[in-house]
Amino acid sequence: MKTLRAFGSMVKDSLGYITHGSKTYHIWMIFLTAIMLIGMYCYSIQLEEGLSATGMTDRVSWGLYISNFTFLVGVAAAAVMLVMPTYVLHDIDFKQAVLIGEGLAVAALLMCLAFVIADMGGPSVLWHMIPGIGVFNFPNSMLAWDVIVLNGYLFINITIPLYILFRHYQGKDANPKVYIPGSILSVLWAVGIHLVTAFLYEGLQARPFWNNALLGPRFLASAFAAGPALIILVLAIIKRFSDFKIPDTTIKKIAMIVVVAAQINLIMLFSELFKEFYAPTHHSESAYYLFFGLEGKTALLPWIWTAIPMNILATILLTFHKLRNNPKVLYFCCVLLFVAIWIEKGFGLIVPGFIPGPYGKIAEYTPTGIEIGVTLGIWAMGAFIFTMLAKTSIGIELGKLRYKKGKK
Amino acid sequence: MSEKKKWFTLDFGFNKENATTTTSGCGCGNTSGGCNSHKPAPIEPPVATSCGCGSTTGSCSSHNTPPPKNEYTITADEFDAAVEDTMVGETQKDGFQQVFDVKMDRRTAFRKLTASLLIGAGAVQTSCSAIAGEETKEKAQIDWEEQFKGNYKLMTQEERDATVKRLVRSYQLRKKENISMSATDASEDVLFGYAFNISKCQGYMNCVSACVEENNQDRNSQMQYIRIHEMKDGEGFKFNEADDNYYHEVPAEGHFYMGTQCFHCDDPPCVNVCPVEATWREKDGLVVIDYDWCIGCRYCMAACPYDGRRFNWSKPEVPQAEVNKNQHYLGNRMRKKGVMEKCTFCIQRSRSGKDPACVEACPTGARIFGNLLDPESTIRWVLENKKVFRLKEDLGTEPKFWYFMD
Ligand code: SF4
Ligand code: SF4
Repeated sequence: MKTLRAFGSMVKDSLGYITHGSKTYHIWMIFLTAIMLIGMYCYSIQLEEGLSATGMTDRVSWGLYISNFTFLVGVAAAAVMLVMPTYVLHDIDFKQAVLIGEGLAVAALLMCLAFVIADMGGPSVLWHMIPGIGVFNFPNSMLAWDVIVLNGYLFINITIPLYILFRHYQGKDANPKVYIPGSILSVLWAVGIHLVTAFLYEGLQARPFWNNALLGPRFLASAFAAGPALIILVLAIIKRFSDFKIPDTTIKKIAMIVVVAAQINLIMLFSELFKEFYAPTHHSESAYYLFFGLEGKTALLPWIWTAIPMNILATILLTFHKLRNNPKVLYFCCVLLFVAIWIEKGFGLIVPGFIPGPYGKIAEYTPTGIEIGVTLGIWAMGAFIFTMLAKTSIGIELGKLRYKKGKK
Repeated sequence: MSEKKKWFTLDFGFNKENATTTTSGCGCGNTSGGCNSHKPAPIEPPVATSCGCGSTTGSCSSHNTPPPKNEYTITADEFDAAVEDTMVGETQKDGFQQVFDVKMDRRTAFRKLTASLLIGAGAVQTSCSAIAGEETKEKAQIDWEEQFKGNYKLMTQEERDATVKRLVRSYQLRKKENISMSATDASEDVLFGYAFNISKCQGYMNCVSACVEENNQDRNSQMQYIRIHEMKDGEGFKFNEADDNYYHEVPAEGHFYMGTQCFHCDDPPCVNVCPVEATWREKDGLVVIDYDWCIGCRYCMAACPYDGRRFNWSKPEVPQAEVNKNQHYLGNRMRKKGVMEKCTFCIQRSRSGKDPACVEACPTGARIFGNLLDPESTIRWVLENKKVFRLKEDLGTEPKFWYFMD
């Protein structure tokens, strides 16, 4: 009962806390709300007209939504790179970052789910997918697996930080016996969500571009570069706008993770390119389309040729300690990496899978305004959720939010 | 089955099925687990005063206005009892109620209730408005039950009949016309197969238009299940250079033609990937979709190596005069937007002993269809006497669609 009251008070306090803030904070939240509303409007049009409001067709049947979904699974999984050392190895440096990382994971997962729902033809019968009420094609369908692991991961990433924050809110220390098993589970789970999402594509013999054993490992490598890169940027922003102390060593350590992952990612990229272009087969056509275009159809060229140089440049710059230790260079490289991997693991992965089609037909895909609107709306939703989560946890960690026993 | 199986490597599962055949009535072709339609429907004590929204106590929180007349789904006896209590003055059952009394056991009721709380808010509003007229109410009731019905593959025979009846009635209410809809199950000892004579096809595309008309495909987006690929003589099968969307006089000089559609793979990757089992292989080899169960994720489309599937990107429209009224639940009944569909080998025709529309329409006789398990059938003759091949055999999907040349 006491716990319950404390919990209620925490919810109330945090609600109060997130609705108050500086002017910048309010402008930021209003800005996000506006974009979310635009996104909702676009989605209502899509609901009304059907998916024909998007640029997808029978030839390219997945597009921007699934691209973003794929990328965000990676961002979500990357939170564990921080969880592991903090909770399990007692590496004190990360403790601050980890709550932020898990908040990011929650926001990214909610965005993933939103993208999947936006992509459905029949959102009103989505209950067919809920285990127990619907029919779940469980061991067979990778998508069924994905639904399970994503929701499980969401659950873990909500409960662990909630538990820790709740303890801190009451002015107590969190009990490691409770959260460490959870953390270890979430580490394994994060690798799981990534691999399962990769298997979603890898398991399709119909699409040679995806049916490639490197897809899973490359997913992991790129995620562990893009995710922590985003965390670095977020930490930098938080450092600027709040009193939350983030030691430089934390950021340096995260940067280290980014570099190693980015390097591995590049090696795999070269291996892939070698395979596709040294002895090109019929199955290399998608890659050929992606990098050089086919039959004069070149929609993806500007994208991929932005991504590759950005990726290489950022990785090279970060490899040098001197440059990496300079915050300006570091932040710049993180932006580059994040964008590059977004292109590569989103657009650059999903769309070429469909081009050329099963019989070699080359039909291109360009997202429509509606689609872009919905996408931006979902990103804004993610940012909104993340801001709220981060603000609350910072408030609690800084001791601004505390349970007062006497208070009702 | 014939012993000389020199023409296929396909395991049609015939022997296996002989061993395990129980009662018919399960159309899912799944002999182990997964399908519970072998069992008779569990008859649980009917729940008193169950309302259309699945609430057994009348406390369904999703009602906006508590409907006074919502007892459509109980059994006849209880209906009368309930009428005594709550609907004095309206003691006559109308035809609809007689036809559509649906038993609802607790499990279904619970399911529906939960589902309604989660998602159905929109549907509830329409289905529970008390002021609506009889017909509107009936429509709403049908919509309601349609929204929350189960997966066809797992339905009992009664549930199947009920949904077919509802769909027929719904069409009648909306369009003031009658359609006939069957739900014929797969027959024993039948496995459908198809063969395509490349030498004969001249690219007339009669098959394409016959298919569109037969299967009520969306006219707006010009959806077509069949694609005819025009290829250059002397270059072999170069699909990537073929034109599957030509508008000129055929046969064009120096070209040959080849049709593709869903090949009804015996080991269909599209079926494996569907997260909700909305698509499956029937016992007679047809790969079908329950349009009402499909959630429109399009995973199956990505998984099909043969470009066999089509998606309803917008609301499909067929001019009322052109609607083919001879329908099958798993075949050419009307679809809605956001669901997958594809060739079913004209299940509404093939299961009643006719050839698919494309076979009938082809003026050159390039298309051959029949029962692979019948040693006397034309398709068996073709497979045994011609040099047949299939596309992308390396993928291990075992299509039941062969090509051959004279
Ligand atoms: S051709 Fe495609 S849609 Fe048809 S059964 Fe095979 S995989 Fe499925
Ligand atoms: S689109 Fe429909 S049939 Fe295809 S995989 Fe998704 S739910 Fe199954």
